Formats: sequence, C-alpha cells, structure tokens
Amino acid sequence: MIAAILQVVLVVAGAPLLVGLMRQVRARLEGRAGAGVLQPWRDLRKLLRKEPIAPRGTGWVFRLAPLLLAASALVVTAVVPLVTTASPLDGVADLFAVTALLALGSVALALGALDTGTAFGGMGASREVTVLALVEPTILLAVFALSVRVGSTNLGAIVNSTLDDPLAVISPASVLAAVALAVVIIAETGRIPVDNPSTHLELTMIHEAMVLEYSGPDLALIEWASAIRLSVLLGLLGSLFAPWGIAGADAGPVALLVAVVALAVKVGVLGALLAAGEVFMAKLRLFRIPELLAGSFLMALLAVGASFFLA
Amino acid sequence: MTDQTYVQLLDLACGAFLLTGVLVLWRRDLAAIVRLFAAQGAALAAIVIVLGVRQAATELVIVGLALGGLRAGLLPYLIRRALPERGGPDAEGRETRPVVNVASSLVAAAVLALVAYAVAQPLIRLAPSPAAHALPVALTVLLVGFFVLVTRRRALSQVVGFLLIDNAITATAFLTTNGVPLVVELGVSLDVLFAVLVLSVLTNRMRAAFGGTDLDELRELRD
Repeated sequence: MIAAILQVVLVVAGAPLLVGLMRQVRARLEGRAGAGVLQPWRDLRKLLRKEPIAPRGTGWVFRLAPLLLAASALVVTAVVPLVTTASPLDGVADLFAVTALLALGSVALALGALDTGTAFGGMGASREVTVLALVEPTILLAVFALSVRVGSTNLGAIVNSTLDDPLAVISPASVLAAVALAVVIIAETGRIPVDNPSTHLELTMIHEAMVLEYSGPDLALIEWASAIRLSVLLGLLGSLFAPWGIAGADAGPVALLVAVVALAVKVGVLGALLAAGEVFMAKLRLFRIPELLAGSFLMALLAVGASFFLA
Repeated sequence: MTDQTYVQLLDLACGAFLLTGVLVLWRRDLAAIVRLFAAQGAALAAIVIVLGVRQAATELVIVGLALGGLRAGLLPYLIRRALPERGGPDAEGRETRPVVNVASSLVAAAVLALVAYAVAQPLIRLAPSPAAHALPVALTVLLVGFFVLVTRRRALSQVVGFLLIDNAITATAFLTTNGVPLVVELGVSLDVLFAVLVLSVLTNRMRAAFGGTDLDELRELRD
C-alpha cells in the first residue's frame, strides 16, 4: 500500500521533471543553454494561477475532457508495476484495463477538441484517432506476446516472471515486442517522428491541435496528464524489459528506496535517449505515419507468433 | 553448450533472420535494403554455426563461416557495386512506388507469417526438435522474399527478393535436416554467386541502355 502511494506520488511529481529533462537534453544537443529541468513545473504553476476561459458554445464535454484525461492517467499510474509489483488494484487491473484506460483518456481529449467546433480541433481529433486506432492493438499484441510465457495478462505477474528468469528477456519474442512497444510509445505520447510536441504549425500538429482552445488550469491539467502518460509508458517499457530493482510484495524501506532510484534512473535514461534521438530525426510526413505504425503492428504480431511457435 | 543456451541462441539467430527479412519490405532506400540483406546473411551464418557447435561438427561450422563470408560479405558487395551512385538521377536509388504500398505490404507480410506458421505445423510434428520449431521463420522469409520479388519495381530490389528466397531455402534445409553435405552447399552457393554476378551485369547494362532499372517500363516497345 505504501509502495503504491509512493509510486503515484513519485510519478505525479516526477513527470514534469522528465519533460524538463528531455527539453534540457535537446537544448544542450542543439547548442542552447535550455530553460532548466524545473521549467515545466514553473509553467504549470503559472497556468494554474490564470483564470479559466472556455470558448463560447462549448459544453460539458469540453470541460470534462481534461479531468477525465488526468483521472485516467492517475489510475494507470496506480496500476502499472513501476516501483512495486504488488499494487492494491492489481487484481482488477490487467493489460486490457490499462490499454482501455489510456484509450479513454485519448478519446476524452479528442471529444473535447471536437466540442470546440473549430477546424483545428476537428483536424487534430481526426489525426489522433487515426494514430490511436493503430497504436492500441499494437500495445495489446506486444504485451500479449510477453504474457504467453507467463500465462497471465496481469502486468505484475509478467514483471515478476521476468525477475525470476532474467535470461528470458533475450528471446526473439521479447526483442520484437520491445521494438514494437517502443515505436507505439513514441506515437502514443506524440514525440518525433510521429508528432512534434513543440510545434504550432497547423499542417503537422496532432496533439497540439487538440489542446489549442484550452487555457489556464485546464491546459495545465492536460500538460501534466500528458507528462504522466509519457513517464508511465516509459516506466512500463523499463519494467517489462529491464525489471531490476522493482520491489516485490513485502519489501522493506531499503528495497523501496532502491526501487524508486531504479525507476528514476530507468525513466531518465529512456527519456534522455528519446530526446537525443529526436535531435537527429525529422518528423515523418503524416501519410507515412500509418506505414511506421503498420510496421510496429507487424513486429508485435511476429512477436506473438514467435512466442507461440519458437517456444 | 547447455540445452537452454542452445535453444536461446538458435531462437535469437532465427529472430534476427526473420526481422531483417521483414524490414526489407519496410525500407525504400536500396542501400538500406542491401545492408539489411547483409545482416540477414550474418544471421543465417549464425544459425548454421550454432547448429554446428551443438552437434560438434567441424564441417558444419566451416560451412557456416563460408556462408557468412558469401552472404554477408561478397553478395552485398556485388549488389552495392550495381547500385547507382549518389547524386545520380533522383528516383533511381529508392523504391519510389512499389506495386503494393508499404503499409499494405507490411500487413500482407503479417498474413504470410500466419500462413507459414499454419503450413509448417505438419512438418514440425514429424520431428519436434528446437531447430524444427524454428521452421516457420524460414518459411515466412521465403514467402516474404517471393512477395518482394513480385511487388517491387527496381531490378535491384527484385534481386534482393530472389536472394531472400535463397537464404530462406538454405535456412529451411539446415533447420530440417541436421546439416547439408558440404558439396551440395558449395554447389548451391556457387549457383547463387553466378546468378548475382549475371544479374548485376544485366542491371548495369539496363541502366546504360535505358537510363533506369524500372522493370515496368521495359514492357513498352521501343525502336
């Protein structure tokens, strides 16, 4: 219980820091000084103090969307094995629930964007749903490939079995699943080469087009939830393929401390790698994105095949 | 080598073999396709060497090393020589518009993989060993190679498709039987080497005569 609370607090407080770290890495690699790791928190504080403004003609869907996005992100944070494999919600939440919760947040935001009735909102929602339709089955298939070995779709059980038998990570099924999952995480969190988080160019933006009409505390909530989703997905990638340091069911304070440090290091390294990769990559044309995602879907499918037939 | 490491190494080599075969469908850049083909040759050699070390058969290890030299070294080198130079005509170094677009061909590859798994089941049941279990991988690459052969327009990517089929046939042979005799393997390798030599000369002649290697354009009659 303490471990689960610790996990939620850590992710909630650390997610903006991860975004700050990634921006700082990018800035340094591009030869700029950068705004510092704490900048996203300062931005959030600034946004929270502002007055909430809703465009004329928007209804409850628009106002509910940020809350739903943030709430679903928080529930996912409590469920996914990041610091501990023994979350109190473990029994009710498996792979399908996590994927559905992630999809719920995305759909809520897309509906909120549609509710504004502007051209950009509709365009962004349409693009987001296109990406979503290809991303969700791939996440399911990739983790499914890992769950075949364990015989359970419970994420905690999968991580536990990898902890028991670390060499099982070096199998074709998990290598293919790792690549597929990495690609869809990049797509789901809207990073280069699928989406550029720092652009406001109407031809290319996906996520930004949906949140254009939000301001003040609502925008802060959305930015914060997006950061949480990014860190949870990166943490999940780390937990599934490099679960070292995760605390078990009845771990002492030392083990919990180790788990927290391990999580911070893993997510930090993955985020820094992602940011460094973004510097060297250009954004894909929108019409090439289904190609990339079809490729990752194929890899996930091959991973499932390999876990069935090579075993 | 213990049983577990043997199975793990074999599966890993087979996974790399499959992955490189499928990625050929994904990339458009001809130079990248040739690099993937070279990586696949290395994976094939690794499969054969792992089998050889497992059976303590020196001959098989030598065959594996020779296969690696040919398929990861010599053949990619020959194909690369037939590639157009950088800065030449723009579309020449890329597979710009394959007959089936890339996203659909990736989905088609997924279907081909399932077909290969279904087809291989009776064969695996004949002699269920770890090597035989990897048979669907080789059959998938065979089908993917055939798919590349029929849906790509550039002569060089068709050559790579042909070589994918050949890699897959070799892999199937080594995975189902416990090693092919040296003479047979030498004969096959020599055959492939000459085929590639002839095809690369042909590609260069085609480019000299028509200015491109888009095979669809060769259907039109010219004076």
